Amino acid sequence: MSAFWSDPNVQMVVLGVMLLGAGAGVTGVFTFVRKRALVGDAIAHSVLPGVCLAFLISGQKHPLWLLIGAVATGWLSLLTMDYITRNSKIKADAAIGVVLSVFFGLGILLLTAIQASGSGHQAGLDKFLFGKAASLTRQDVLVFGAAAGLILSVSALFFRAFSTMSFDREFAMSAGLPVKTLEFILATITVLAVATGIQAVGVVLMAALLITPAAAARFWTNNLVKMTLLAAIFGMVSGLFGAWISYQAPAMPTGPWIVILLTLIALFSVLAAPERGILARWQLQRNNAHKMLTENILKTFFQMEELHGKQLFSWEAILQKGHFREQELKKGLGQLRRRGLLAAPDVNGLWRLSSEGETESRRVVRLHRLWELYLSHKLGMAADHVHDSAEAMEHLLTPDMEKRLLEELEYPALDPHDSKIPYDHQPNGK
Amino acid sequence: MSTAIETHNLTVSYHRKPVLWDIDFELPEGQLIGIIGPNGSGKTTLLKSIMGLIPPAGGYVKIFDQPLDEVRSRISYVPQRESVDWDFPVSVRDVVLMGRYRPGRLLRRLSAEDHAIAMESLRKTGMEEFAGRQISQLSGGQQQRVFIARALAQQADLYLMDEPFAGVDAASEQAILQLLADMKSEGKTVVMVHHDLQTVRQYFNWIVLLNTRLIACGPVESVLTEDNLRKAYGGQLTILSNVAHLAQQRDFPMREQAKKQKP
Ligand SMILES: Nc1ncnc2c1ncn2[C@@H]1O[C@H](COP(=O)(O)OP(=O)(O)OP(=O)(O)O)[C@@H](O)[C@H]1O
Ligand SMILES: [Mg+2]
Repeated sequence: MSAFWSDPNVQMVVLGVMLLGAGAGVTGVFTFVRKRALVGDAIAHSVLPGVCLAFLISGQKHPLWLLIGAVATGWLSLLTMDYITRNSKIKADAAIGVVLSVFFGLGILLLTAIQASGSGHQAGLDKFLFGKAASLTRQDVLVFGAAAGLILSVSALFFRAFSTMSFDREFAMSAGLPVKTLEFILATITVLAVATGIQAVGVVLMAALLITPAAAARFWTNNLVKMTLLAAIFGMVSGLFGAWISYQAPAMPTGPWIVILLTLIALFSVLAAPERGILARWQLQRNNAHKMLTENILKTFFQMEELHGKQLFSWEAILQKGHFREQELKKGLGQLRRRGLLAAPDVNGLWRLSSEGETESRRVVRLHRLWELYLSHKLGMAADHVHDSAEAMEHLLTPDMEKRLLEELEYPALDPHDSKIPYDHQPNGK
Repeated sequence: MSTAIETHNLTVSYHRKPVLWDIDFELPEGQLIGIIGPNGSGKTTLLKSIMGLIPPAGGYVKIFDQPLDEVRSRISYVPQRESVDWDFPVSVRDVVLMGRYRPGRLLRRLSAEDHAIAMESLRKTGMEEFAGRQISQLSGGQQQRVFIARALAQQADLYLMDEPFAGVDAASEQAILQLLADMKSEGKTVVMVHHDLQTVRQYFNWIVLLNTRLIACGPVESVLTEDNLRKAYGGQLTILSNVAHLAQQRDFPMREQAKKQKP
């Protein structure tokens, strides 16, 4: 473990792999928002024959040759997909499937041939299938690190252009942006990101390294810049993890482990992200339920005082008047106590609101009655049909909307059922 | 009056099937111009080929008497709202700022002036308070206004809009219309695809009537004749035009607003 962090050779590999992860994460963001995840997968599978061909032709395993080979067939697969969809009746998804299987099949064929010839093992080409981060040489790291650096700088430089084009291609064209050139650049760095990324994950699982960081990042933010930074971080973390696993268990392919980590990151995002995450939505619903419960109790106090005059009320009276369940009422009263809206019970266990609580109860009832009045006066609904909507709206209306309602209705005195609308101060005017 | 757009024998086809035939017209500068015609008559295609998004199979387009590429920075295009993914992770302000990207300044940082122009465009479209909002949280009418604001931010002289009133409520439509009238009075030219025959007379002073071929082009009164409309809409329109005609004769209100004026 400690050797992993302190060995300078290892540090170099770790740095390289993290750069690869960042490059894949960043380009993946554009693949993701342009809804081209499947294309990314097809490219990833299509770099395999290039890697093999480069080895066969050059007869050596120099990373630069392998990279050139990978980029060449990666690009060729893109062009082929484009050509098929444009010049035949075959739809995009089918074209992607055809290209992916043909190129990958060809790659496996070549790989098998190389391995049968005996030179494959020493070449270590099999690591391109499922990845092996730790097997990177110093030379590899230099070449792939440089490629990743290039990817990151091009992405940063063209970020705004890429986002404008990805959001609305026709608008970008109409504004005279060089969309074709930009698409060429974006496609090139995507292919490059895939060609470098397979060092860590392998071709089979490369699409995960491309897409998953972006998909997970999308949960955390609505801002493309932040999303890209997050995706880069997720990519780096998974690269780091891949390298670590690879050193801990040298016999193990790293791709599957990286993908497992990415999947965990994605799952965590789905669960825990603010706003979009499942837990955040639960929390929101819980808060809403609390708000509704306490406001309903406040309203019940108001209604009872309206009926019986100002006095203290028993637990049973509240329960009955407000149709609460016992559990619920207990919880609600506790919350009101903690917020200082409810006075402590007297010696007989009778309850009354604090003066803040009374203000708050007036507000809830006021909103309810204002909304009823709005529906019946402005929207022409019958007076006996407006109650249900108001039951919900009293919890929802913001102070801002309240003000607009008051102005529009000119500070009315009575609701459609002729109940008084309670104000904190007598409004001047009417 | 000088010419904003001139098309000469413009023919456009998809997969060799022509959808616009020999379109030949001149549109004057400084007017509100409506393009009308039934569904599939090639209105969107016409706008796109004027903007150079679809290469013509024949003929040419000139804008302000010059080829498109010479004057691109003076033209602004508002696509149909459904043409983009509104779940894209950007804010309203980001989208409007996209109107500030022009070729040659792609790599430059946005200036304070760019930001000021974007905010001013949002203010004009009544979307100022939504500047920071994520675009997926907008209503259809608000999305449309964001698109118009993005076009305003381009500070063009000629605006081509594809159905800016689609899915927009009556109040927003009036607000946008007022904005367009202001633009016209500043000498800008607005060409817009429009679908509501009821309001054509009210909104535009120049009309292009289209159905794969050019049926008519000119000032409203000379174009919107029953004869022309029947040529453009064929059998589809007979009932509609009868109703509209009847309504006009009896001065019957066709719009919601008119009804509300009754006590
Ligand atoms: N990408 C495309 N490929 C093939 N045909 C197309 C394509 N886009 C439009 N068309 C065809 O071209 C014709 C004109 O389409 P266009 O979208 O210009 O009509 P439009 O007048 O804008 O219709 P709408 O009122 O429905 O918006 C239609 O028949 C349509 O089917
Ligand atoms: Mg159209």
